[in-house]
Amino acid sequence: MSTKPIDALALAPHAANPMLSRPYRVQKVRQETPDTFTLELEPEDKQPGMTFAPGQFNMIYAFGVGEVPISISGNPAQPNSLVHTTREVGTVTRAMRQLDVGDSLGVRGPFGVGWPVTESRGADVVIVAGGIGLAPLRPALYQLLAARKYYGKVVLLYGTRTPPDILFRRELQQWHSRFDLEVHVTVDRATGNWRGNVGVVTTLIPRAPFDPHSTVAMVCGPEVMMRFTVQELEKRGVALENIHLSMERNMKCAVGFCGHCQYGPTFICKDGPVFRYDRLQPLLAVREM
Amino acid sequence: MENLERIITEHPFFAGMTPEHLRLLAGCASNARFNAGQFVLREGEEANEFYLIRHGKVGLEVYTPNRGALTIQTLGEGEILGFSWLVSPHRWRFDARCIELTRAIALDGKCLREKSESDCRLGYELLKRFSHVMVEHLQSARLQLLNVYEAH
Amino acid sequence: MPEQSLTLGQQVTLERAALRSLFDELQSRGYKVLGPALREGAIVYDELTSVDDLPVGWTDKQDGGTYRLERRQDDALFGYNVGPHSWKKFLHLPAVRLWQAERTGGKLRIIEEKHETPKLAFFGVRACELRAIAIQDKVLLGGQYADPLYRSRREQTFIVAVNCGQAGGTCFCVSMNSGPRATAGFDLALTEVAGDDRHFFTAEAGSESGLQILKAVPHRIASEEERAAAEARVAKAAGQMGRQLDTTDIKALLYRNYEHPRWDQVASRCLTCANCTMVCPTCFCTNVEDTTDLKGENAERWRKWDSCFTTDFSYIHGGSVRSTPRSRYRQWMTHKLATWIDQFDTSGCVGCGRCITWCPVGIDITEEVRAIRDTEVVPIQSSGNDHGES
Repeated sequence: MSTKPIDALALAPHAANPMLSRPYRVQKVRQETPDTFTLELEPEDKQPGMTFAPGQFNMIYAFGVGEVPISISGNPAQPNSLVHTTREVGTVTRAMRQLDVGDSLGVRGPFGVGWPVTESRGADVVIVAGGIGLAPLRPALYQLLAARKYYGKVVLLYGTRTPPDILFRRELQQWHSRFDLEVHVTVDRATGNWRGNVGVVTTLIPRAPFDPHSTVAMVCGPEVMMRFTVQELEKRGVALENIHLSMERNMKCAVGFCGHCQYGPTFICKDGPVFRYDRLQPLLAVREM
Repeated sequence: MENLERIITEHPFFAGMTPEHLRLLAGCASNARFNAGQFVLREGEEANEFYLIRHGKVGLEVYTPNRGALTIQTLGEGEILGFSWLVSPHRWRFDARCIELTRAIALDGKCLREKSESDCRLGYELLKRFSHVMVEHLQSARLQLLNVYEAH
Repeated sequence: MPEQSLTLGQQVTLERAALRSLFDELQSRGYKVLGPALREGAIVYDELTSVDDLPVGWTDKQDGGTYRLERRQDDALFGYNVGPHSWKKFLHLPAVRLWQAERTGGKLRIIEEKHETPKLAFFGVRACELRAIAIQDKVLLGGQYADPLYRSRREQTFIVAVNCGQAGGTCFCVSMNSGPRATAGFDLALTEVAGDDRHFFTAEAGSESGLQILKAVPHRIASEEERAAAEARVAKAAGQMGRQLDTTDIKALLYRNYEHPRWDQVASRCLTCANCTMVCPTCFCTNVEDTTDLKGENAERWRKWDSCFTTDFSYIHGGSVRSTPRSRYRQWMTHKLATWIDQFDTSGCVGCGRCITWCPVGIDITEEVRAIRDTEVVPIQSSGNDHGES
């Protein structure tokens, strides 16, 4: 059985009925990139919003269409605004994109084991994000920066497809201008007059300024990207038990009953989605697990 | 062994190497055969050999959970499979799986690495040839990346 | 007969006729009695109106992909084994509405479902099924979250267990250490002795409520001969198991054989019809379905039984992770026998044999384990790959 990092443990109330959605109202809609958007939500009933740990997710219900798991992408220190950033990829996310300010959707959560933010105190932290993977990592970065003095070097490595796909661009630029945070961005393919890095995100790892022997790595993105990222981190000497990945599988209930999210002996909804790499290593080696 | 020595001596990849080195290579060689669908190498495993493909076809694959295995390149008769044996940390970066029944000559890369430490000439000759292979793959990959056939 | 102070576990004898009293006693206390009944050529679990609804004098002949009923020589009430139904259909409902939702002017309102929880009496639960219920209790009640519907139904259920007097053709409860004797989890446990001269039951109470009911039914303390006769029946069943499964180190065995060629072999037979998951008493996977009416003003969320054998089960954007039958059969079997142990500290299999009987092509989980164990190739720890011939 997994031991949950203390900061990710049960911040969710043990709801008497975990399948019951709670109506939330849309406060803001923002198009982030051509296929990605953000919704900011508040509870319909004006009761306090949910407290959550970075890396946790909610089940978001679009009326009559369906429900999907979406990572929380906002600041844990601001529970009154619930922020979700998602790609528009299916019927539910498309329906979500059609919502206006004032419309409501259903929210259940927060669920899952999150990033080991508090556990990483005293170490360097390297965050490697690919594409939409930056969204579940942003809350971790907020929490790290809010307690900056407890950490050594903090490095953010972000890669995406093309310059228009860069997520949270303004925020990245703000972070980039800080003296206590190292931010490197790269794209797979340059378009327009991009003068930044071009190359897959793993190319940023060999020269990133962190001490591999005292580093915690948090990685999120497509599974292939995460596998190759681990290879590069391992090459630099980061211990496998200090690397954490966020995994994704089909989810229906998010509370360990429906069985859909099983990955080997783990339930991604309750044993994850964040896992220590050494636990995942034997599972990642088996196809169609 | 004589048959292997002949094949290696006559293989264009090793053209120009000294008879002594060719004998050494033959000493590190063995026949290998893989059925269609069989894995030759697995991502993440230690890379300690490489293959001269004699007949058949091998696909370099990357496995994704939602799209299955994606073939990024195929290698056939006369081609060389595997250069990660030469480059640290000596781990395969992809899966290689046979698309057809494949016969190959397997060479003990670990042995050759060790021998190259003392015989630098051997090391350089191998590196010259393999860097060529790597550059070809890189060039091909870059062109594939450009997506030249895209509509816009 | 003077009121005796009966204790838990104390064996009493009930004459055949007393079973009617037991039945009536349950009904008079407001229980809906559910139990085995003959329907369309199979013994299933259904509502019973009287003890006469039981499949008296019937038995079943089971094998891989085969189920037939036959008449017995005697009039035993429980002279058969298990059929296509399991008690999970009453506890972990096949289809249930979780809530309704209304949308007016963009605003959402969720209306929680108020579920009726009837008092249920399960009449004739086998030892393997008791184990299966205990396993589902662990899955659905033992974690961080509990299923409130399962819990309320479970709390209202009274269990009359029956120790098997014969084993079925696909039974292997002995291998899984789950039977044929019921040892825990029942309110009452009966053993039927249907002989030439006498037809009686030995009975014991496993709970306070069981004790109450037992006291209200004509009984007397069981004699040594009666106890011995009942024991002999159960011992006979234990010796008759139709199948056997070697559970030695089974978790490690399956964990190291994810690429065993046997998976390809079974995949060539498996239709991914999902019968095994439907009949299995411990399979718990469900789907969540969100539907709406045509006007788009009223929506419902339903939970329904699902199966890991469907292609959609593992769908994530782009495709299904387990796109091949091979990977889906492997998932089911390794979950049932191996990963379940890591998840819930118990095997997921109780040895009831249903998956073998109800598989249209007769795939036998015990045979699959045997094949993997017998033909596994332990990898040589070397730095190279296996080259085949050299």
